Amino acid sequence: MSTETRPAETTERTLPPVDTAPLRRRRRQAAWVQAACVAVTLFMALPIVLIGLSAISSRAALAEFPKPFLPSEYSFDTLLAFFEATGTVPALGNSVLAGIYTVFWSLVVGAPAGYALARHAFRGKDAYQVFILLVRALPIVVLSVPLATMFLRLDVYDTVFAVTLVHTTLALPTTVLITASIFVSVPTDLEEAAQVFGCTRWQAARKVVVPLALPGLAASSIFTFVLSWNEILGATVVTLGHRTLPAQVLTALDEASTAYRFAGGFALILPALVFIAVMRRYLVNMWGTTLR
Amino acid sequence: MAEVVLRDLVKTYSGATVRATDEVSLEVADGEFMVLLGPSGCGKTTLLRMVAGLELPDSGQIVIGGKDVTYLEPRRRNLSMVFQSYAVFPNKNVAENIGFGLRVRGTPAADVRRKVEWAAQLLQLGPYLDRYPAKLSGGQRQRVAVARAIVMDADVLLMDEPLSNLDALLRLSFRAELKKLVGELGTTTLYVTHDQVEALSLGDRVAVMREGRIAQCDAPTSVYDDPANEFVGGFLGSPPMNFLTGTVERDGDGSRLDLGGQSLAVPHALSTFTGRTLRLGVRPEAIEVAGGDGALQGELQVLEPLGSSALLTTEICGQPVKVQAPPTFRAEPGGNLSLRIPPEACRWYDPETSLLLEVR
Repeated sequence: MSTETRPAETTERTLPPVDTAPLRRRRRQAAWVQAACVAVTLFMALPIVLIGLSAISSRAALAEFPKPFLPSEYSFDTLLAFFEATGTVPALGNSVLAGIYTVFWSLVVGAPAGYALARHAFRGKDAYQVFILLVRALPIVVLSVPLATMFLRLDVYDTVFAVTLVHTTLALPTTVLITASIFVSVPTDLEEAAQVFGCTRWQAARKVVVPLALPGLAASSIFTFVLSWNEILGATVVTLGHRTLPAQVLTALDEASTAYRFAGGFALILPALVFIAVMRRYLVNMWGTTLR
Repeated sequence: MAEVVLRDLVKTYSGATVRATDEVSLEVADGEFMVLLGPSGCGKTTLLRMVAGLELPDSGQIVIGGKDVTYLEPRRRNLSMVFQSYAVFPNKNVAENIGFGLRVRGTPAADVRRKVEWAAQLLQLGPYLDRYPAKLSGGQRQRVAVARAIVMDADVLLMDEPLSNLDALLRLSFRAELKKLVGELGTTTLYVTHDQVEALSLGDRVAVMREGRIAQCDAPTSVYDDPANEFVGGFLGSPPMNFLTGTVERDGDGSRLDLGGQSLAVPHALSTFTGRTLRLGVRPEAIEVAGGDGALQGELQVLEPLGSSALLTTEICGQPVKVQAPPTFRAEPGGNLSLRIPPEACRWYDPETSLLLEVR
């Protein structure tokens, strides 16, 4: 073998020039993706921004067109008018309560079902999974009219409780399926380790599985809360005087002023946004490990 | 400290047609380090999980320290376990992980702290007690899993392939450390692995498993030197034992094994098998290259220098034979080699049952 080193040999050879075309192609693609992201964001955010701007503009500024980026005149008249309108504040309370109750009950009922689906093989499991989704296949009207009749008979008609029941029914399928996928992602080993080291099945679930599933459970509850907050039809059918906010706004929409509409829209969007912003931190990792 | 007795354990998983363990019986003495070794799917992990109580047997019995635990919950068996995936709790820091079992048991906080510090010291985890597992390397996580298991003062320590997720170098150093650690603790240990080197190096005894049964259970040297059947010989060793098929023939006063063209002198005791086919098992490192009396001619096909030795793939009368030669050995493939198979290295197997014949 020769004693010459290889680098010395290669420097003497003439190499083709560096081809930057693939690099440029890659950059171009990245730019396109970026542009698409911006477009989608604008599409989603623009209505929210417009509604928000209108809600904090004075009545006079409402008619302005084109809209300035910042309102020419700040004024909370519009919002005040909306909140002073009959029924708004109680409806807001009803909506918040119905949302929280729905989250609570759908987790209490749905999470154990999701756990069972994730951990156990039982006869008819596949059929059960399809059957769960069946609720969503029914139009809400079909579901809520018989429920309304039943609520009337049971004397719970026109209560937050009735709305909660309808919303929980609607939320359960997704809660069960989402929590099932969350529990699947918590390794069985951890639960078994907990059991070997002295835990009962229940303790193992509480000390190990639930803390690890928390981010996913939070995501699931965001979903449920927003579902309940935005649901109109069912809530309208099973209530009369004690409406939730969307139902209230919808009923009042026909005879309402433009100001009321914008303020109403803003009031509907805001809590959902705040709720998502608060829960978002649970979606990302908590201990450096990311679960779905 | 306790002995473990397994009797006729049968387990069939639902939906499976074959038994995961098929009437397995095994006795592990107090303080003994027993290794369950076998290829994947041989039932070794199932056996361990039944001892842990994570699976229940269909029939059979498990006794730990004289107490029947066959259907007892895992937490009442007073054992601890190291999992293949480590299974350290990601939401607890190192100290909480190590002390988990003690705290569940209701041990006073001061005792927990003392024992956690003792285990952390032993496994060099002292500086990491406040860290979360996500911030630890694989080797450190493994140490946490071992520390968590040893603080329990359990009757039995179960380990399910604890080293298989570590990289080769780490595995080598941790293996020795583990042997020292368990030796000092003196806990009865059941250790599952598919790595034969690990099994031979760690075990007081090695139970080689195959298709839900124990093929052989003996001291590492016995399992290696006197494989009870062809499966064990072919599973242990790298490269594994060579097997040659031949017919026993009478030759004057003695007997010879005809390999199909060449023959080999065999012990007189084999004369009872005259006219019958036998299988000869011989370890690659026992075969001597270069001549002498009664050497066989083998064709060299491949020579692989492995650093510490040279591995030869040869053929004797059309039958493949691996030979481990000194590292300096050089020869051109295609040529013939003289190979001597020392009589004391020969093991004889019945070709029908694959079982070892008691002949020396």
